[in-house]
Amino acid sequence: MAIDEDGLTPHVRGVFVSRSEVMDADDVRRALWRMAHEILEHNQGVSDVALIGLQTGGVPLARKLAANLAEIEGSNIPVGYLDVAFYRDDIGLRPVSPREPTEIPFDLSAKTVVLVDDVLFTGRTIRAALDAVTDFGRPASVQLAVMVDRGHRELPIRPDFVGKNIPTRRDELVDVREDSVQIGEYKESDQ
Amino acid sequence: MTPAKHVRGVEDLGKDGILEILELSNHFLEVSNRRIPKVPALRGKTVANLFFEDSTRTRLSFEKAAKRLSADVMNFSVSSSSVKKGESLRDTVETISAMGVEAIVVRHKSVGVPWILTQWTDASIINAGDGAHEHPTQSLADCYTITQQLGSIAGKRIVIVGDIKHSRVARSNVKAFSALGASVALVAPPTLLPPSIENWPVDIIPDLDVAIKEADVMYLLRMQLERQEESLVPSLREYTNLYGLTFDRSKKLQKSALVMHPGPMNRGVEISGNVPNLPNAVITNQVGNGVIVRMAVLYHILGSGIALAGLSSEDEDND
Repeated sequence: MAIDEDGLTPHVRGVFVSRSEVMDADDVRRALWRMAHEILEHNQGVSDVALIGLQTGGVPLARKLAANLAEIEGSNIPVGYLDVAFYRDDIGLRPVSPREPTEIPFDLSAKTVVLVDDVLFTGRTIRAALDAVTDFGRPASVQLAVMVDRGHRELPIRPDFVGKNIPTRRDELVDVREDSVQIGEYKESDQ
Repeated sequence: MTPAKHVRGVEDLGKDGILEILELSNHFLEVSNRRIPKVPALRGKTVANLFFEDSTRTRLSFEKAAKRLSADVMNFSVSSSSVKKGESLRDTVETISAMGVEAIVVRHKSVGVPWILTQWTDASIINAGDGAHEHPTQSLADCYTITQQLGSIAGKRIVIVGDIKHSRVARSNVKAFSALGASVALVAPPTLLPPSIENWPVDIIPDLDVAIKEADVMYLLRMQLERQEESLVPSLREYTNLYGLTFDRSKKLQKSALVMHPGPMNRGVEISGNVPNLPNAVITNQVGNGVIVRMAVLYHILGSGIALAGLSSEDEDND
């Protein structure tokens, strides 16, 4: 979820309230189809490509991209899942708990690793992911695919493959699902 | 839930805290299987191991856990310290704390030491065994091992056999197992049951041959001869005949029943030499899981963000 990427210590968690839908199911499907083609074109095939979806929002997107790549090229590519909690730079500043298991059942060495996430915001999650990836091996290169680039980078990180660039305010939230992308904000709840 | 500041006893975590540690342990199990089994989560944090009593597996596993989380580790053992020159517990702890430590892992022969330490230092305290009182991280390793093997603890029959009276592992485990919904039975000679036993949420079964048939987990304890101040059993041989898990007796176990022991084992006394090699004996799993759950405990405490949550240690104590 984009909620992961806020970096801004929402200690009292609220409820996401959507204000507008910026991509519908067809838009998301088309974007993933185009991104799969861009990955192929950029790497001249998929023979050494592996996808790693970031927990939790990047995982369904990585699966879908892998399915698209398999459909286009006729060969399956390895897909892993990574939870970056233990590599974050805000451990001890706010509660940072891993969400879902990390599972990278293949050797990353000499592979072209494409990190897949739902929203690119400050870039801190990707920074953590880069550190984590190197603990699993020495990839030939690492690329980044995101469904939404919403700006506000705090680190020198840029995506290679983007579903949609969406200018946002810092306090807004972007919620990426398999059938839509919504912009909205937190409404405080008493939970 | 709010993360705990200390893990002095099972009560510092409660049911929710135990479940959270077990969940966190799944992630650290995965970390431990990596090519580089180390994460930078606790860089810059210092963990002091303060062992006033002998230990092999607990001290080493705390050290390994802290190092896998990239924390710095200071080891202290009495034999090579100024305690030998007469320094008091309080001065020792204040000295260590003055050097800047975020967590102190303490083992001491006296009951209650982890609680008194919280008055002398701001560091988080983790109990690695206080006398015959509590050993919460062993208990977490046991809970994790059972959950891994049997899927869950709730509804299981766990039979603990042996020197309950002197066992901190038994005390912590009775609390943790019953908090998670297991039914616990104790089997021991009356002289090795503690006087307070009627307040425990357990059944007492005098005959091991009866209890063994209903056990989902057979948990054996060591005869702690070093803590027994008087002769509490006529002979070790008689103890083995009545309360030891001999190879013949182990045939009465249910097929799926686990055999557990916190170590160190006295083979031939409470457990027969070949029983630890049975397929359902998970004693080495308990040791391996010791590192995993201690990573989870250290991360739960030191990576929790409790500092920013606006909670002072005082607030935390009142939870």
